[in-house]
Order: sequence, then structure tokens, then C-alpha cells
Amino acid sequence: MTEYQMKASLNQGKVRKSSEFLRVLKQLSYNKIAMFGLILFILELVLCLLSPVIAPYDYAAMDVIHMNETPSAAHWFGTDDLGRDILTRILFGGRYSITMSLLSVVVSLIFGVVIGSVAGYFGGWVDNVIMRILDIIQSLPGMLLTIVVSAALGNGYLNTVMALSVNGIPAQARMLRAQMMRVRGSEYVEAAQSINCSQVRIIAKHLFPNSFSPLIVQASMAIANRITMCSSLSFLGLGVQPPAPEWGAMLSGARQYIRDYPHMVIFPGLAIAVTVLALNLMGDGLRDALDPRLKR
Amino acid sequence: MLRYTLRRLLWMIPIVLGVAILVFTLMTFCPGDPAQILLSGSATDEDIQALRDNLGLNDPYLVRLGNFLGNTFLKFDLGSSWMTKVAIKDEIATRLPRTFTLGIISLLISVAVGIPLGIIAAVNQGRLGDNIATALALIGASIPGFWLALLLILLFSVKLNWLPSMGIGGVKYYILPALTGCTYGIATLTRQTRSSMLDVIRSDYITTARSKGVSELHVITRHALKNALIPIITVVGTHFGMMLGGQMITETIFSIPGMGSYIIGGVNQRDYPVVQIGSIFLAIVFSLSMLVVDLLYAAADPRIKARYSQSAKRKVKTK
Repeated sequence: MTEYQMKASLNQGKVRKSSEFLRVLKQLSYNKIAMFGLILFILELVLCLLSPVIAPYDYAAMDVIHMNETPSAAHWFGTDDLGRDILTRILFGGRYSITMSLLSVVVSLIFGVVIGSVAGYFGGWVDNVIMRILDIIQSLPGMLLTIVVSAALGNGYLNTVMALSVNGIPAQARMLRAQMMRVRGSEYVEAAQSINCSQVRIIAKHLFPNSFSPLIVQASMAIANRITMCSSLSFLGLGVQPPAPEWGAMLSGARQYIRDYPHMVIFPGLAIAVTVLALNLMGDGLRDALDPRLKR
Repeated sequence: MLRYTLRRLLWMIPIVLGVAILVFTLMTFCPGDPAQILLSGSATDEDIQALRDNLGLNDPYLVRLGNFLGNTFLKFDLGSSWMTKVAIKDEIATRLPRTFTLGIISLLISVAVGIPLGIIAAVNQGRLGDNIATALALIGASIPGFWLALLLILLFSVKLNWLPSMGIGGVKYYILPALTGCTYGIATLTRQTRSSMLDVIRSDYITTARSKGVSELHVITRHALKNALIPIITVVGTHFGMMLGGQMITETIFSIPGMGSYIIGGVNQRDYPVVQIGSIFLAIVFSLSMLVVDLLYAAADPRIKARYSQSAKRKVKTK
């Protein structure tokens, strides 16, 4: 093979790889329902991030005259037991719920990648020990683990993000490990070893890029579940604390008024449900786009 | 097969030990002093210290861990709650059956509704029935359980006044919690059944069966469903685990004295023994249900059954 041919074939490899990613995106963009979910989620995210600018009221401002009001022109979603505007609180609450879920997915991804690649690359007893520890973690129901870790770490934004992410680490680590095991025997890894590449470099430069994409899919599908978990935690009084307007915390506070003022219970829950629905629509589309059998 | 089951059961012992150590360690990191919470605000420092000594909280971590593991796994002494002083053994004997019953009822409803709904959707792919089933399943999968519980209370207890909203008693008290528990299950099972049925329904052997003149019902249940079953079983298994966790919140909302509300109460009051023992029991139930799922795989697919017995044989040979 001449030098020119080699270059050409190398380039070809590159082009094909990037087009694979583009193909998935393109496939996703054909799927109107998935795009609707994506746009809905991005819209919500933008609205929540802009909440200090666009929210009609201050999320903590109490208003004794307008307590427990049902939805009206002035308060679209009504007011709560302290006269705070529920729409404003939902907008601000989204900043907690959505960003915490996104962050926790990223944190589990990072930990999962580190743990999974160590287990997958070294194999043998290292792999065995790590897998048995993951077995133990996974033999607790997810919610129970999250609750206990959250209690141990204490309340607050970052602590709750950590508590939420613990539950997702084993699945991510396992998936990366399985992918690593698949590519570990490849010839290019052997070649890298033969020219005395350091182990960190082999993991980071050769194994990792070739086994990463299923993890991204898994992570993006986990966001929806994480939003529910996050609000469940604060509903139980763990996680973010009132008066912070997290959606679950709002529901927990509104619970005692369910008999007289159901609107306080309906709107925050609706916010969670719509967000999760949007993410599920997107996740379904992503799964279809990645399914090789549905390739056009 | 039996050998495989026994091996899995033996393997549960180190797992449960690991869970015990994990939960024990996590609880020691909890902020807040249990002795202080127990004695309320008016207690003097001496009182608190005396109670801490009494509960063994002043011992080093390893001593406490050793005592806990020894008491639990060697003497089978589960201890008693720090708050209520009631023996944990007695509490669990009354609470675990409630949690388990509720979980099984929700699971059975999920299976009984979700799988047929998924089959109907797959058979009518693209038609009205499919669209309705898929949309309902998507909504069901997106509603958070605790909000659904509140909405059900709002509709059936507050507005219609048909069903009690809290506590336990007759069958009536289990309806709303079971509805809460099974909605997500129905939704995910419908989605999974639909997609795995669609995977097999265009296979050649389905066409062959139809062309032989096998009745449509027989084709769907015998030829298609049987081959589509493995991913469905996986979803049933993972769903049961998720439900055990989610049910903790359901129990709290409906004030059902089950394991979930016991553990959550324990976490909030820093009642360490309750949380530790409760988690161990939930982990055992969870691991057992995972074993049942794996055995169901074998029952559904002879190829997997062969692999199980083969791996057991190979283990024997290498020894």
C-alpha cells in the first residue's frame, strides 16, 4: 500500500465514523415526535434558567392578602399557603430539579467511566472485586440506596446531586466494562501495547473512544428517571430543603392542603410529568435512531 | 438447574453481608446525633453522653460494626428500635408481609394488564388501538408515582369519597396504593411487550405458522409471545425492584405501616438499627426476586436453561 493509499484509507475511516454520529442525529431529526420532546425540554430548560428575568413575582415573597388563591389572571397557577405565586416557584424550581438531574447524570457517567474502564481493562481480580462491590450496591432497591446515601451526605444542592448519582454508577460502569472487554482484544490495542504505550494512554486514547457511545445513550435516557428521583427525595424531606422551590418539596408542602386547595398539588406535579414526558419522547426517538435494524 | 439455584442462594450470603456493611457505614456518616434526637432538647450533656455510651455510639467504628454483624448474623439478634424500643423482629414480622403483598398485587396487575395491552398494540401496529395504547403507556411512564398517589387521593378520597386515603384495614385500603404501584409497571410492560412483539412478529416462522393454517390466537400466544418473552421478563424483574423502592414513598403517603415507611421513618429519626435491618431485609427480597427472574429466563428459553446447567457442570469439572 502506498503512502497515499494509506492516508486515503485513514481518512475514510474518520469520515465514516463522524457520519455515524451524524446519521443518528439526522435520523432523530426525521422523528417529529422525538423532536417535539427535545424542543419541549429545551424550552423548559431555557424558561427555568431565565426565571429571574421572566418570572412575574419573587419566589420567596409572601403575600398574606392573596393566600391560597386559585388560578387567576394575576396568578396563572394560583398561590400557595403563604401567598407565593406558584408559577414563579415552578419556574425557579425547575432550576433545581432539571440542573440537579442533569448534573447527577454527568457525575454517574464520570464515575461509571473511571470504574468501568479500570475493571474492563485490567480484568482478573481487579475486575472481580469491582464487580462484586457493584453487585452489592445493585442488590439494594435504587430508591432505598438513594435515600440512605442522601441521609448520610446531608442536605444541600451538591450533596443531593451526589446521592442521586450513586444509583446510576453501577449500570454505567457495567456497560463500559462490557464494551471494553469487547474491544480489548482488538489488534490496535495489541499494537499500542507492543510500542510500549502507557496503560492510561491505551485506556484513554484507544479503548475509551471506541466504547463510549452506548454510555451516552444510557445516560440521556436516565435523565427522566433522575428527575422523578430528585423530586421524590425532596418530597420525603431529604435533598433540597424548603423554602427552596424544588418541585418535590413544593408537593410535599402542598400535601396537607389537598382537601381544600388541590391546585397547589396539581401544578408542581404537572411540571414534573411534562418534563419527564418530554425526555421520554426524546429517549424513544434516540433508541429508534440507534437501532441498526431501522437504518434507512 | 438445582445446582445453579443453590449456587445463587449461597452467593447471596456475601452480598447480604456486603449490604449490611454498606448501610452500616453510610448510617455512621449521617449528620445528627441519635442520642440528642432521642432525648429531645432539654437533656443535659451528661445525659446525652450516658445514652451514647449505652447505645454503644462512643465505641470505635470497627467495634460497632463487629458487634452489629455478630449480633445480626451469628446470634440472629436483630435488636430493637432506639425510638420505640419495640423489637425489630416483631415489627418486620408484621410489616414485611404487607409490603410484600402490596408489591405482588401491583406486579400481578401490571403483568395482567401490561402484557395483553402490549400485544394488542403490536398486533394492530399503526392503527387506532396501537396509538391509544402507546400514548397511554407513555403518559403512564411519565407520571411520578408520588404525584399519582396524591391525584388518586384527590379524586377517589376527597372528591368522590369512595376509598380511604390512609391506613390499613380491609381490601379497600389497598386499592389506591396498588393502583399507584401498578401504573408505571403497566406502562413499561406495555411498551416493552409491544416492541419485542414487533421484533418477532415479522419473522419467517410466524409466516410459516400462519401459512400452515394455525389460528391467529395460537400464532400470537404460542409462536410470537414465547419468543418475545425474554426482554419482557427482564422488565418485570427490574420493575419489581424499582417498585420495592418506589413503594417506600407510596407507603409513606398512604400511611401504610410496611417496610418502606419503617425505613424512611428510621432514616428521619436516625434510628440506625431500623434502617440497617430493614435495608438488609429489602435487599434479601430484592435478590430473591432477581433469582426468580433468572430462573424464569430458563423456563422461557431452553437455550438459557442449557447454559445454566452447563456452567454448573464446568465448575464441578475444574474443581
